[in-house]
Amino acid sequence: MEQAPSIIEHKGVRIEDTFAEAFGMRAARVIITARSPGWARTAAGSLTGFATSVIGCKLEAGVEAEWAAGETPDGRPGVSVLVFAFDSEGLAKRLIERIGQTVLTCPTTACFDGLPDAEDRVNVGGMLRHFGDKFQSSKFLDGKRYWRIPVMEGEFLIEEAFGVRKAIGGGNLLILARDSGAALEAAEAAVEAMRGVRGVVLPFPGGIVRSGSKVGARHYKKMIASTNDAYCPTLKGRLGPESALPADVNSVLEIVVDGLDRASIEAALRAGVDAACRGGVVAISAGNYGGKLGKHHFHLRELVPAKSEA
Amino acid sequence: MVADLAHDRICSLPVWLGKNRRRLDEFFDVEGEKSDELRIVGDAGRVKWIGRDMTRGRITVEGHAGMHLGSRMAGGEIEVSGDVSDWLGAEMSGGAIRVRGNAGGQVGAAYRGGLAGMRDGTIVIDGRAGLEVGQRMKRGTIVVSGGVRDFAGLEMRGGTIVLGAAELRTGAWMLRGTIVVLQTIPILPTFAYASTYSPTFLGLYARRLKRLGVEIPVEESAGAYRRYTGDAAIPGKGELLVWEPRG
Repeated sequence: MEQAPSIIEHKGVRIEDTFAEAFGMRAARVIITARSPGWARTAAGSLTGFATSVIGCKLEAGVEAEWAAGETPDGRPGVSVLVFAFDSEGLAKRLIERIGQTVLTCPTTACFDGLPDAEDRVNVGGMLRHFGDKFQSSKFLDGKRYWRIPVMEGEFLIEEAFGVRKAIGGGNLLILARDSGAALEAAEAAVEAMRGVRGVVLPFPGGIVRSGSKVGARHYKKMIASTNDAYCPTLKGRLGPESALPADVNSVLEIVVDGLDRASIEAALRAGVDAACRGGVVAISAGNYGGKLGKHHFHLRELVPAKSEA
Repeated sequence: MVADLAHDRICSLPVWLGKNRRRLDEFFDVEGEKSDELRIVGDAGRVKWIGRDMTRGRITVEGHAGMHLGSRMAGGEIEVSGDVSDWLGAEMSGGAIRVRGNAGGQVGAAYRGGLAGMRDGTIVIDGRAGLEVGQRMKRGTIVVSGGVRDFAGLEMRGGTIVLGAAELRTGAWMLRGTIVVLQTIPILPTFAYASTYSPTFLGLYARRLKRLGVEIPVEESAGAYRRYTGDAAIPGKGELLVWEPRG
């Protein structure tokens, strides 16, 4: 990670002149409907569990939005989930695993594609139908096939193919605060603001990461990621790691954002920066790898109003 | 057929009166030039094959229409304000037909000797229809808001039929597909009762048909559907879903 000198302030908080480095990914949107919003949330929560980072979970996922009954394909309340992986093939495998284990099993749910215009499509319902052991049936409506899988409760309905599109993963913010309480309050405020933006998800628990990582490790050669020592307050002053933190920073939290396109990520980051600039926060920064790994760069200076510049 | 023709060419299109070939303008006053929209005004109740093999555009019939309306059509829309005769949308593979009045028999059916009836598309009839609605249909949706006569879904292979009511032998020899009936009907003894439930997939149809002004009950608080499977005489894997209001 590298850090540039700060030149911007917003609401009295320093905005470091750096950028978040993000990566090209593939994404699918899964719309889960159920008899009640509560059951749709339950299924969505299960589907997006243990899906924080592609490094350890093979995908990243999160709840995008809640949908009113009138907005969903079957007219029931729903929740949309965005799922990200590095390629379409991997995404299809993960969708089959996760929908099969968490949505098919959840009472009253049904599952629909939320990217109908995407050209690239992966077969999900068409694979999960085999759970029906040849007792399944299908409906073909408006050019789409839906599978009806008999289950003990009644019937599970799932769309055969799900759209996959290019997307961006790994947009991020770092909130540098005087203490852990201030960092958490600012991060919570940022998460609430960012979750109001459609087209993005915050895949970590509660949308917040306390353990940002660096690529590889200094001492364990087989590790593909290890603690971001430059931003660990307890390592300040220690020989070895070079701290990136000012003296008055005692806690750092990160918010990672994955989105369907650049505009939605920018909107989310903008909302997050604005909400996170509050008392107890020393600076807002972002994680990058010098621009060498990811082709999508989100410069913080472009995310704050021009009048905020010092 | 008329979409790409100039006025003169449209006037000279052949019309068959029995075995005699005549010109279109001997029977119709023709107005306008080539267009994707065709409007037929007056009683065309004895005019057959309107919209046959249609692939795009829109035909509006202000009055009645004769047999074979929309036969084998693959796309576009047809709307009839009055009644239509038999073989409406027979063997159609796409597009949409809306009839505000009643229809005859064999709606969306296979022609005699044909292996498959309707292959896709939508037919909505606000009134009643006759015998063998959806006979041998493979895919698509037929809605008859009023009742239909005997043998609805005869030898049905797939697709969905929604009926306000039905007379006898509904679903006879059906192999696959769904017949939804909104009133209690006589069930063939070769259909077995399975369960009473609220099929989620009907929500897809309810939402789509609502745009066409057709209501299918799907609210669990209002009732549920009795599911019957059959026809065991084949043996088939089709289903009858019969609406049962709560209370």
